[in-house]
Amino acid sequence: MKPKKVLVLGSGALKIGQAGEFDYSGSQAIKALKEEGIEVVLINPNIATIQTSDYMANQVYFLPIDMHFVKGVIEKERPDGILLSFGGQTALNVGVELSDSGVLERNGVRVLGTPVEAIKNTEDRELFVKKLGEIGLKVPRSFAVKSVSDALKAAERIGYPVMARVAYALGGRGSGISRNGRELKENVGKALTHTSQVLIEEYLEGWKEIEYEVVRDREDNCITVCNMENFDPMGIHTGESIVVAPSQTLTNHEYHRLREISIRLIRHIGIVGECNIQFALDPESDDYRIIEVNARLSRSSALASKATGYPLAFIATKLALGYSLPELENSITRKTMACFEPALDYIVVKVPRWDLQKFRMVSKRIGSEMKSVGEVMSIGRSFEEALQKAIRMLDIGMDGVACSGLSFRNLDDEIRSPTDKRVFAIAEALRRGYSPDRIHRLSRIDRWFIHKMRNILDIESRLRGVKPRELSREVLLEAKQAGFSDRQVAGLLGIDELAARKLRQDLRVLPSVKQIDTLAAEYPAATNYLYLTYHGTEHDTAFRGRNHVIVLGSGAYRIGSSVEFDWCGVNAVTALRKMGYGTIMVNNNPETVSTDYDICDRLYFDELSFETVMDIYENENPLGIIVSMGGQAPNNIALRCHKYGARILGTSPGNIDRAEDRHKFSSLLDGLGIDQPEWEELTSLEDAGRFAGKVGYPVLVRPSYVLSGSAMTVVFDEAGLERYLKKASEVSREHPVVISKYIQNAREVEIDAVADRGEVVAWAVSEHVENAGVHSGDATMVLPPQKTYVETIKRIKEIAGKISRALEITGPFNIQFIAKDNRVMVIECNLRASRSFPFVSKVLKSNFIEIATKVMMGRKARSERSMWDLKHIGVKAPQFSFSRLRGADPTLSVEMSSTGEVACMGDDLEEAFLKSMLSTGYRVPKKSVLVSIGGAENKLKLLDSIRDLSSRGFDIYATDNTSRFLRESGIANTMLHKVHERRKPNISDYLSGRKFDFVINIPDESKDIAMDDEYQIRRRAVDFSISLITNPQLARLFIKSISAKGLEDLKIKAWSEY
Amino acid sequence: MVFNTGMVGYPESITDPSYWGQILVQTYPLIGNYGVCHRDFESPGPKITGYAVSQLCSEPSHHSSEKTLDAWLRESGVPGIQGVDTRALTKRLRERGTMLGILEVSENKPDIGALRREARRVPDPNDRDLTMEVTCKSVGTFGKGKLKVALLDCGTKKSIISSMTALGVQVLAFPVDTPFDRIMEHGPDGLIISNGPGDPKKCRAVDAVRAALEHGLPTFGVCMGNQLLGLAAGADTYKLGFGHRSQNQPCMEAGTKRCYITSQNHGYAIDAKTLPEGWGEWFVNVNDGSNEGIRHERKPFMSVQFHPEVSPGPDDTRFLFERFVSLIRKGGKG
Repeated sequence: MKPKKVLVLGSGALKIGQAGEFDYSGSQAIKALKEEGIEVVLINPNIATIQTSDYMANQVYFLPIDMHFVKGVIEKERPDGILLSFGGQTALNVGVELSDSGVLERNGVRVLGTPVEAIKNTEDRELFVKKLGEIGLKVPRSFAVKSVSDALKAAERIGYPVMARVAYALGGRGSGISRNGRELKENVGKALTHTSQVLIEEYLEGWKEIEYEVVRDREDNCITVCNMENFDPMGIHTGESIVVAPSQTLTNHEYHRLREISIRLIRHIGIVGECNIQFALDPESDDYRIIEVNARLSRSSALASKATGYPLAFIATKLALGYSLPELENSITRKTMACFEPALDYIVVKVPRWDLQKFRMVSKRIGSEMKSVGEVMSIGRSFEEALQKAIRMLDIGMDGVACSGLSFRNLDDEIRSPTDKRVFAIAEALRRGYSPDRIHRLSRIDRWFIHKMRNILDIESRLRGVKPRELSREVLLEAKQAGFSDRQVAGLLGIDELAARKLRQDLRVLPSVKQIDTLAAEYPAATNYLYLTYHGTEHDTAFRGRNHVIVLGSGAYRIGSSVEFDWCGVNAVTALRKMGYGTIMVNNNPETVSTDYDICDRLYFDELSFETVMDIYENENPLGIIVSMGGQAPNNIALRCHKYGARILGTSPGNIDRAEDRHKFSSLLDGLGIDQPEWEELTSLEDAGRFAGKVGYPVLVRPSYVLSGSAMTVVFDEAGLERYLKKASEVSREHPVVISKYIQNAREVEIDAVADRGEVVAWAVSEHVENAGVHSGDATMVLPPQKTYVETIKRIKEIAGKISRALEITGPFNIQFIAKDNRVMVIECNLRASRSFPFVSKVLKSNFIEIATKVMMGRKARSERSMWDLKHIGVKAPQFSFSRLRGADPTLSVEMSSTGEVACMGDDLEEAFLKSMLSTGYRVPKKSVLVSIGGAENKLKLLDSIRDLSSRGFDIYATDNTSRFLRESGIANTMLHKVHERRKPNISDYLSGRKFDFVINIPDESKDIAMDDEYQIRRRAVDFSISLITNPQLARLFIKSISAKGLEDLKIKAWSEY
Repeated sequence: MVFNTGMVGYPESITDPSYWGQILVQTYPLIGNYGVCHRDFESPGPKITGYAVSQLCSEPSHHSSEKTLDAWLRESGVPGIQGVDTRALTKRLRERGTMLGILEVSENKPDIGALRREARRVPDPNDRDLTMEVTCKSVGTFGKGKLKVALLDCGTKKSIISSMTALGVQVLAFPVDTPFDRIMEHGPDGLIISNGPGDPKKCRAVDAVRAALEHGLPTFGVCMGNQLLGLAAGADTYKLGFGHRSQNQPCMEAGTKRCYITSQNHGYAIDAKTLPEGWGEWFVNVNDGSNEGIRHERKPFMSVQFHPEVSPGPDDTRFLFERFVSLIRKGGKG
């Protein structure tokens, strides 16, 4: 019986271990449901997702995904079905809770697809092991323990090294390898703070890690859609590993044996839909272990979907509705059925993207815990080609495996205990003549991969120093087939990239466009899912489009650029389609909706580099390229493409450059009479010191082409300035470094807008809760502003108009301002869609991207809705992933460190704010709070708030200075000793005993922030999952909100009701 | 020239006698990754006539590897070519059908014009009874067991035999031209007709199969065995455009909602419309509707077009051997 109304649970904010892949899976689920005429209700506070678009679900709730709110939505909406497996671990956990508490049964809500019982059998390790034992499948030897002493006993029986795992883990949190009792004590101790049960398990060092994506329908038909092999063997979390699909080093016997086991397992557990199975395979024998089963869509299943063209999430939804596999169509061929196993005729390589340099104090080592924030997927017809493409796609300044230019202090150590740079260390080792065997012994990486990497290095050495005139077609083709970019070739030949491109084109070394068709050319494909390769002699597709527009996607999710730019890209493509244009999307991030082949007419799953984009451009000859939707990455190549002759749609690249180049931009502002913080271009330390002396410390130092505050810092004295200069010269040689006055105690306000040939046609102003100095990506944003004067907003609008006219902006842009007293100063301007476009579009209910796309195509468009008319308030809050990053200092700075965001709406500020905070994992504190405030000014600022808490019956605990200050101000509190003092009562014990449910720790920003005691408090709060606030304005608003509102005051209201 | 879309199992394919007389094109671009191990062989050595791949792996990595693919093909005298855009080639084969081809191994730059002329003179191997070239020379006995099954060897894969012996059945393999009476002298409890190369209509075993049907001997055909059973029953066969050579062909079992992923290697098929009364389709290909197996409505005669013995491929349908054996045990009534 088909349900009439289905509730879909999203995954919330992007965080490490749970990212954009769930926008992809949720969006496909919603499409599949709506195709059946089913009404869809979605809960997801992640406002930047495609799935929360107005044309997706019938009702969208921007609310926290937890028992309280989901129950509220169920009681209000009365759905008769619920999907639990499309919103990651978050949705699955809430689903199990809803089922166990009887909420689902009482409200007549049926769980569609995999039953809750089956989910539990995969999630609870003890049940899991028992269940697999019933059919004789092998799992690692393990013991479930509830205390450190039992863990030690278990380890004795298994023998070291052992792995400690946590049940209900997300991205392997709290799992770790222990080589002795001391390490085990520490790991288990920490893990037991997250959960009551830890699994001590045999550690299969050096075994191959293999994954299968398995699908089962109600009729017991089973298929494996894809298998994948990890380049990094067991011990490195699969989210941290380079992964290839299909497996490369498995024989037919191994491949199909693991497949058969996968199917036996999925049947026995009773999955209906999709699941992911992770295996360890002994490289020296037939032996295997089943490591993990995920009874839901996952990051791996998103990857498998993109790698094969098989729409796993869409099919899983149909199966949940009761269809069987042979009843469903293969949407790529539209000729064959969904009951088959894709045959690939290419290789896919996934590489994680880390941003560890963004965090203070975090270890750069990778291991069994996930730390990466995004990933790229490349497609090629050789491993060499795909690997080098993938490395470039990461957009970390690397041109490939070869010519990386990194140096390593201890190569053996780097290969043995990897950091995020291991692949480059292996390349360096090969360059220095290490044998593949030696690298294998150090890393346990299969020799197959290392031999292939050696091929790349061999070509590098053959190419180096060849005279361009003497370069033969054969040698160049071989290099291109091994994935060398024009830039790499240029570097080796000693010429520039454009010369290398010309040389290549003169030699007729051109990429072929190939299709992904799921059946290795056995049947023609009806869709254009494409990639480029140099292993071809012909194109699969004709280039007949007369009316096409290329939209560049965002590439890998990273700190500062994630799902919000996918939303922008998808909405631009959708708008273009509505206007009747053909659409070409270029992107390489498997966690996105923009890389679903039904979003556009032609999808190039490929590099966003100048070289590749121009190769595509020259074949397709489109009307133009839209570079303003994918964040900073596509923006960076705009000028080069333009100079090369490509048509860039929207604001002219020359003017983009005028806004991007801080020097040019500041001159422009001066010319327009627009205020800005005093600044100067920095050429030497003496000049910098002189300037800082003139304007007074603190000063802000940063390079141009800024994204997410990269390499931007505030310095408070001359010594700090000196330290920064050294670092900055490494960060950027091509662009000058700029120094400006850092203004304290100022508000930060932003405008998101669209202009048509200089005239502003849509705009919204949002204010930050935090004072200026917190990166805008980490700030809490309020729309419409509540504290900013109307006069200021008008000034902002006026300035935006001036800049827009001066730069003849056509398309989206964002300007950030500092407002202090009566001054409004411009601090940054981006002539592209910003991170907050989905937020303002959805709160205003006016799609800024659609408007921007229309005006870029020369049509008239204008926002019908004004910010002044809003009756509700939207609050956007950042999501941090500090708990994943062992040791990272959880503070805010001019460097961005959040990994995602949420936004909720409310009838007043407190309601919207509190919903947002709860959506990012904060809990409403009930009993006690630890207060530790640095700096006299901050103490004063927070005094009234703390008094509020105290009068509402909270037990106040404080560190020495704060305690004294509060006592002198008449607030009773308990003084706790600092961690290093080791005296009782000690903060350490209170934190580990979770005696507080709220910690306010405000660092004094002028002091060295990594001060040990304060860091210990913040870090432990995160480690013990205690709500932590480190910003004074945020703390005040939070206390004000919890004083004003209880959970029951937070209304269950759908987006459409605002 | 034929293409195969399997991503693993090149040693199995290369030694599969059904490829006799064919140049095999692999659509998966990376071949030879795990070397070659004799335990994976489906017959004593390579059976293909030529081999075309995109990228040959010269440094394989696997604990079972005995030699590189290149070394093995060289010592077996089988020519191969790499650096081919196998996708482009496959699309041509898909669009124009399986075609004759020529593969030149030469130190010098090949003369394309001369090769083209020579290619036109290449005789079509399907004009011959290819099964005679790959069948066993004399009767062979495999395994032990109370139950005895005769195998009509049209070029059998080793795995058909081992699938039966693993069930405790003794297998007697007969040359493809063995008359039925001679087979019956060994007192078999059932008959398996194996896979094999070429046009089933050229294969002389069809008389023996017809005699087996008249005799009522429980019979199970695989691949070519399916086509021979069809012909013996009175149905017709035809040549497919480019055949099925892959490990991902979905086949529905008639009268059920069950769909199996099967391994296949065939260029001919039964025309299901021509099946005489008393016979029905057992399996049907979900993608193109072609016949994937037939069975008699009352008598113990059945066959499948795909390979339940797999190797290479997924073993969803290996249970069919068990089904056949239990049918024999029940005296042919099931």
